[in-house]
Amino acid sequence: MKKIVIVDDEPNIVMTLEYTFKKHDFEVFIARDGSEALEILERVIPDVIMLDIMMPKVDGYQTLKAIKDNNQLKHTKVVFLTAKNKASDIEKGLKLGADKYLTKPFSVKKIVSEINELIAS
Amino acid sequence: MSNYVLFTIIIFYLLALFLIAFIAEKNSKSKWVNNAIVYTLSLAVYCTAWTYYGSIGIAANSGVNFLPIYLGPVIAAPLWIILLRKIIRISKQHKISSIADFISLRYGNHRFLGALVTIVCLLAIVPYISLQLKAVSETFQILSDDTSYVSTSVYDDSTFYIALLLAVFATFFGTQTTDASEKHKGIVMSVAFESIIKLAFFLFVGIYVTYVLFDGTEDIYTRMSKAENFEALTSINGFENGFNWLYTIMLSFMAIFLLPRQFQVAVVENVREKHLKGAIWMFPLYLLLFNLFVIFIAWAGNLTIGNADQAEYYALLLPLQNGNTVLSVLVFLGGFSAVISMVVVATLALSTMVSNNLVIPYGFLDYFVKSHPERNARYIKNIRRISIFSIIIIAYAFYVNFSFELSLYSIGLMAFVIIAQLAPSFFIGLFWNRGSSKATIIGIIAGLTVVFYTLILPFGIQALTGSDDLVQYGLKNIEALKPHALLGIDFLSPPAHAFFWSMLVNVFCYVTFSVLTKGNYRERNYAEMYVDSRNYTDLQDGALVWKGEAYVAEIKKVLIKFLGEPRTERALNLFFRKYDLPLDTQMADARLINFSEKLLTGSIGSASAKILISSVVKEDEVSLVEVLKILEESKETIARNKLLREKSNELTKLTNQLKEANEELLEKDKQKDEFLDTVAHELKTPITGIRATTELLMDDEDDMPSEIKAQFLKNMLQDSDRLSRLIHNILDFEKLSKGRTQLNIQKHNIRHTIQRTMDSLYHIADKKQVKLIHSNMSAIYAEYDEDRIVQVLTNLMSNAIKFCDAKKGKVVVDYKYDKGFLEVTVKDNGKGIPDQDMPYIFDKFYQSKNQNIQKPEGSGLGLAICKQIVDNHNGNIWAKNNQKSGVTFGFKLPFK
Repeated sequence: MKKIVIVDDEPNIVMTLEYTFKKHDFEVFIARDGSEALEILERVIPDVIMLDIMMPKVDGYQTLKAIKDNNQLKHTKVVFLTAKNKASDIEKGLKLGADKYLTKPFSVKKIVSEINELIAS
Repeated sequence: MSNYVLFTIIIFYLLALFLIAFIAEKNSKSKWVNNAIVYTLSLAVYCTAWTYYGSIGIAANSGVNFLPIYLGPVIAAPLWIILLRKIIRISKQHKISSIADFISLRYGNHRFLGALVTIVCLLAIVPYISLQLKAVSETFQILSDDTSYVSTSVYDDSTFYIALLLAVFATFFGTQTTDASEKHKGIVMSVAFESIIKLAFFLFVGIYVTYVLFDGTEDIYTRMSKAENFEALTSINGFENGFNWLYTIMLSFMAIFLLPRQFQVAVVENVREKHLKGAIWMFPLYLLLFNLFVIFIAWAGNLTIGNADQAEYYALLLPLQNGNTVLSVLVFLGGFSAVISMVVVATLALSTMVSNNLVIPYGFLDYFVKSHPERNARYIKNIRRISIFSIIIIAYAFYVNFSFELSLYSIGLMAFVIIAQLAPSFFIGLFWNRGSSKATIIGIIAGLTVVFYTLILPFGIQALTGSDDLVQYGLKNIEALKPHALLGIDFLSPPAHAFFWSMLVNVFCYVTFSVLTKGNYRERNYAEMYVDSRNYTDLQDGALVWKGEAYVAEIKKVLIKFLGEPRTERALNLFFRKYDLPLDTQMADARLINFSEKLLTGSIGSASAKILISSVVKEDEVSLVEVLKILEESKETIARNKLLREKSNELTKLTNQLKEANEELLEKDKQKDEFLDTVAHELKTPITGIRATTELLMDDEDDMPSEIKAQFLKNMLQDSDRLSRLIHNILDFEKLSKGRTQLNIQKHNIRHTIQRTMDSLYHIADKKQVKLIHSNMSAIYAEYDEDRIVQVLTNLMSNAIKFCDAKKGKVVVDYKYDKGFLEVTVKDNGKGIPDQDMPYIFDKFYQSKNQNIQKPEGSGLGLAICKQIVDNHNGNIWAKNNQKSGVTFGFKLPFK
């Protein structure tokens, strides 16, 4: 079973994503901010990590850096899913090493296909 | 002691002085030569044989009357810092080398005035020098044992040879350079040394007399108090004699500035202005020490010797009669030191005046112009050398012919009265720019005439014929014309009397004629420079008003005659560089004229310098109006420069302000961008939720569990509310900040308003188990918009609840009356606000420094809206962290 870690602090959004990915046979792990995500990642190596950027405590950028610094995790695929949609933000996110940059609001179907595509590549 | 032994001692002492002077000249840059102590000690040239011997004479015969001579300088000393500093600055600027130069320059390098001042000085000082010689001669005789021997001709009078030796000393160290304004460090150093010697030996004999011959001061006092005239000796003797004191103090006050030797050491030889600071307290101290034992030596002399005629030499006689020859030789050397320093400095100063203000301007100028530079330098030096010898020889002749009758004290005072005639032109001229040369000349001559009639004439007649009819009965037996009691003023001593009348007449003439006549433009020019010496450094060379045609080459030729080729070249190069002029400048301007005059002044005096320079330039007459205009202009330029500087400073300030404003704007702009980002994020979040949920519900193939479906629908509702709340806040804030909101102001009890707010918040607080405390029961009525204040309170309290820890949290609301305001506070025990965020928490859009990456807690508008509401009530809102934990928010509302 494919594993996904969803990192976002908005419960309503998380709920839609969780429902969708479970329906598509993912094992879903939820974290409300970067530090929770890193805790989960200590015991689970997922197929993909989906990161929001603007979160309290440890934000998306910091989380990505921590992931890239970890030898066991650095090859894990990471997707940003954020409301920040300026060109400069996107560039920054990809430069940091994200494999995909998706923006909010989003289509649930499209998200699932993007993630599957990424895992397959 | 034999003449020869004594003479040998004198020769050795003089050799020692030569050596000191020589070493000082060789090390003229050393700090041992250039310091405030040497400067102060050189000022002590004021203490002559008159101080050394004369004071004791006065103390023995007429009590404490010797004191005013020292009180004047003591009073003057603190004023030096202003007065003497001004004089020194002007003198250095113009290379002034004597008081005659100083006064004549003030009145437009007036040739006759310079000469007149020189004559006044000669009249005053030559007899004074002769009295010094007399003191040497008499003390010499007292010490040498063959009293029977009386010299019959000049050639075997030891005093003559001593006088010649002094002249050699003054010549050797006084005429090394042609520029008289240059320092004579050798002479100054030897004077300083002599000042130590005379004070030390005088103190020796004082201690010896008081503590060895007698049993201390008390012993002398007790014994003396039995004398008949004791009362008269220890008081100033009533009101009338008080005037004598007053005038004598004034006299000595003037003398410390005007005596040529004082001007020489205090002004011409001054190396650094700051030495004055030391001198203003050290010099009075020196005078105090010198006068410490005077009265006791005098009384001891009265008690043991009792010969009033010899009272002046008690200091010498007391140890001598008690067999202490060594001490009496030391006393002699001390007195001799006082004499040498006075004679050397006085003749040096006088010779400079005689050459620069009398001989050169009245006869040698034409000759100089035609001659060679080396020859000129030699001639100038020779004129001074001859002057020195002449002055000393004339003084010696005066001593031989006149001085048997005189006491040191009376001649000294006579010199002071004569020299005081320079006071009006000197002191008033420094502060009053109207004083003119004509008035000065009239004043000096009139004052001198009065002195002549009231002091010199009776004294001369008495000395020559032995008759005092004139003093007794007055001129042609007219009572009112008695020389010592003009118009019936008979209670003053002769010198005080002469001083009073001569000063009255002198000042009257000076002031009256100054008001009546106007000096020419040159005079007004210099007057302005002297009086306005505060701006002096600004004015400098440019201050001289001059109009006409002059060639640099011509002026250069004149300068070379006196300074020689290399010095002239060097000086002119410096000048051109200073004013940024090309080295081959053809036509001279006012600055060069002024500069050249200054260069020459040191060598030949200011009057001659002016005459010489004007001989090679074609000067146009400048009207007084023009002078004033030009002076005004130069002042204006300075003022304008100042204004420009101020304007430029202002501009710099404005630029900085603009820069700051710009930075602020940029910051605001950034904040606005950030706010828009935040708003966009905040708007997108519920929209994202709604969009995703809608999609899921739409695509539902009826396999969605019903409880999840219900949850999704609930979420959509929540997101919609959130969206509308956000939009409402933004609009509300905009309205408040633009002042478009009408407040509904009514009288309310704040207690009820708070209660109303709390009622709506209890359920949130309960959920988090945070305590809401509102214990104030007092009713305070104020006028406000209740709904708006509830909004503020809701915001503050819900924030407080949000930041409190669950279960442990406590929010306390309180209020009180405070100086015309109602103050409401909301205090929590939560995590508080980081210090760096504190100044910005009420700013709209501001949330936290890291707000663009960290998700903010709210819209970022809550507190900004609160502030707007309180501001619209003319109140103010604030926040501060509590000492222990949490934060207190508060706001004040005015009652109306």
